[in-house]
Amino acid sequence: MDTNLFDMGEIDIAWCPGCGNFAILNALKQALSELEIRPENLVVVSGIGQAAKAPHYYRCHLFNGLHGRSLPVAAAIKAANPGLTVIDESGDGCMYGEGGNHFIHAIRRNPDVTNIVHNNMVYGLTKGQASPTSLQGFKTLVQREGVFHEPFNPLAIAITLGASFVARAFAGDVDQTKDIIKQAISHKGYALVDILQPCVTYNKLNTYAWFKEKTYYLDTSHDPRDRFEALRRSWEEEKLPLGIFYLHPRPTFEEKMSVYKESSDPLYKRSPDFKKLSEWIDSKRGI
Amino acid sequence: MKDNLLMKLKEDVSIVLCGEAGQGIQTVEHILMQTLKLSGYHVFSSEEYMSRIRGGSNSTLVRVSSKRVSAPVDRIDLLIPFSPGAIRHVRKRISPETVLLGEKKIYENEYRGERAIDIPLSQIASEVGGSIYSNTVGVGLLAGLLGVDRDVLDQYLSHHFAGKDETIIQKNLEAARRGYEVSEELLKNGKVQIDLKRQDGIKNEILIDGAEALAMGAIAGGCNFLSFYPMSPSTAVAVLLTEHSKEFGTIVEQAEDEISAMNMVIGAWYAGARGLASTSGGGFALMVEGLSLAGMIESPLVVHIGQRPGPATGLPTRTEQGDLLFALCSGHGEFPRIIFAPGTIEDCFYLAQKAFNLADQYQVPVFILTDQSILESHYNLPSLDPARIPFEKHFVETKQGYKRYQLTNAGISPRGIPGFGKGLVVLDSDEHDEEGHITEDLDLRTAMVHKRLKKLDLLMKDAIVPELIGPEEYEILIIGWGSTYHIIKEALKRLGRQDTAFLHFKQVYPLHPDTVNYLQKPKRRVIIENNGTGQLGRLIRMQTGFGMDRKILKYNGLSFSVEELEAQLKSVLD
Repeated sequence: MDTNLFDMGEIDIAWCPGCGNFAILNALKQALSELEIRPENLVVVSGIGQAAKAPHYYRCHLFNGLHGRSLPVAAAIKAANPGLTVIDESGDGCMYGEGGNHFIHAIRRNPDVTNIVHNNMVYGLTKGQASPTSLQGFKTLVQREGVFHEPFNPLAIAITLGASFVARAFAGDVDQTKDIIKQAISHKGYALVDILQPCVTYNKLNTYAWFKEKTYYLDTSHDPRDRFEALRRSWEEEKLPLGIFYLHPRPTFEEKMSVYKESSDPLYKRSPDFKKLSEWIDSKRGI
Repeated sequence: MKDNLLMKLKEDVSIVLCGEAGQGIQTVEHILMQTLKLSGYHVFSSEEYMSRIRGGSNSTLVRVSSKRVSAPVDRIDLLIPFSPGAIRHVRKRISPETVLLGEKKIYENEYRGERAIDIPLSQIASEVGGSIYSNTVGVGLLAGLLGVDRDVLDQYLSHHFAGKDETIIQKNLEAARRGYEVSEELLKNGKVQIDLKRQDGIKNEILIDGAEALAMGAIAGGCNFLSFYPMSPSTAVAVLLTEHSKEFGTIVEQAEDEISAMNMVIGAWYAGARGLASTSGGGFALMVEGLSLAGMIESPLVVHIGQRPGPATGLPTRTEQGDLLFALCSGHGEFPRIIFAPGTIEDCFYLAQKAFNLADQYQVPVFILTDQSILESHYNLPSLDPARIPFEKHFVETKQGYKRYQLTNAGISPRGIPGFGKGLVVLDSDEHDEEGHITEDLDLRTAMVHKRLKKLDLLMKDAIVPELIGPEEYEILIIGWGSTYHIIKEALKRLGRQDTAFLHFKQVYPLHPDTVNYLQKPKRRVIIENNGTGQLGRLIRMQTGFGMDRKILKYNGLSFSVEELEAQLKSVLD
């Protein structure tokens, strides 16, 4: 399938020239077209931030909701209509900061949703404050003496909670990122793809060159079904591994629902059963 | 015989069961209410209890009557203490006429009156098989005194205990029979005379509380998605919808917090489901961000707030009408909404049903404001009819080039849903263009604000007219809303004034334009509310310019009682 299917034509894109978001957008569009997913069947949910604007730049059904609240929305959409492909795409502030509690519980809930997180370790849209993933010592206008909080490790948390798919990619490598996204979308269950990307305006520490230097791909010797090995790899800090860390297939949120046991009809096709309701009402007459 | 007489009652009996949490009072109430109704009596019950699992002092009021009863009274005709603290707990309500029925060891240190009948409940229970059967002995006793048919009692108990071990069923039946025999003795020796008229028609009526009617109404309105975080007093609605979720194909998810619950419900509506957010004031506070999102993206939404006294945690198990203006003004930015406030159990059903259709039709949030008082009040009513309000779906199949926020004259854009049709459904919490994409075109912003606000005119035209009870010509107008309906009605009936009418609002926002006609007539307007500031009064003045001459307010955590309101009205009106 042609990536043109997802093109919006002439549009004004609100990202800075050279932003890592462009590479992620390309990788995602390629992944979607190679998987032959049609825009009419694709729902993308996002929050607020520069990354959250991404789905405005390709053709899809879009729910661009509140900062940090995209995961509950995505889970509900998938539950109400499991036939849709649902992606949740936003930034590190949205997913790991404002939406931290939802991140934890989305992993537990395990909806079949692909969670793409643009992780540039800084807040862009609010002009350069630290993010939960900012490294210690990173100086900003707010964190003037440098960040002293321990950075949030999304992979370690996801693996610890038994997420069904956990991966990390680097926006500087569109090909591999595309492959990882493809596997994440094809995976049934909650899939986290944390994508490292530079912020060319506000993060002068974690640049393209820095990421290139500091990352490497997991090789075939890594067994993604080994939770403790995956966890160990997620804590490597000298060099950051990329690839699929952890796989833990298990029943999804929507699969466990009794509403689809007898009929696969999405909820919008259904109507209330007045006959059964009358029986419920009648049961209140006593014996 | 006459010297023996302790109690003679006709028409309307008020029984109070009082004891600690965990003593099984609710079971006694339940069986009593059911068997009385099945014997042809009108019944009403309400509860007040503490926020704890065991201990403390809780009380349940059961009214049995020859006429329909739906409001709480202070009067206690028959008091059944389950624990020594019970008498202290309801002391203010005990009158010289109150008859106390129970075990001497429980009441002897607390009660000095002469109208106590000592019933050796635990001794009878232990003869049957153990103290665990005391409550069932009590059930039999009360059932007998109030005129429940013995067959009905037996049948209902067998039904109630069905599935339990056969010995347990038999022992409960035996315990109830022994209690029933005690009542026969009391009636025979003339200590107690209760003459209630029964009506056959009542036997077939339904007996429910507000929470269950609301859950049923939600189902009737097509609700098929619920996400919630437990919070008294709203939890009962969620539990009922869960209990029936398989039957009706309802997705129920207990979310990590109310923020998530609200966003899930909005997401479900987006995908074509009909979602309910059910909570109490504190939980709704967390949902407010999501409410504003619904306002911006013009999502249909139904929010149930079971009110309880605040601020903050307040009195978790008590009642108040304190969140009306909060619901009205909640959410940053400006957007229209509808607020219902059921006054009766029937209202809980029909307004919940209507809420889902209206939310879908106008793409606005619809609130149902209840409170602990109405959610946990039970009474019998003829029936509920799901077919009275037709089920309507208001979304459309989209075509290529579909625009979710197409500017229309009426302000309503056809709502598409993803996966139904060829169009793309795009929405954004930012200001957006007709397609739904982010915009900072400020002329378009103005057009979008107009489009959203214009809907308020439609909502006003479609609003429910307030109900006028009493004479068409009146000098004094009593105004109330929501759960105080039956209490005000009964208090006014007792007062029997020809110059006074009662205007009840079950839709509190927007007010129907005709409201003004009712407000301009009287010499005096008196508002009655279960809160500290008279919130509906303020809302009425805001929307119509009419102020209130007097306010009768209650905010100690309990609902008004009929006598209390009667007395307060008297002092205000005379």
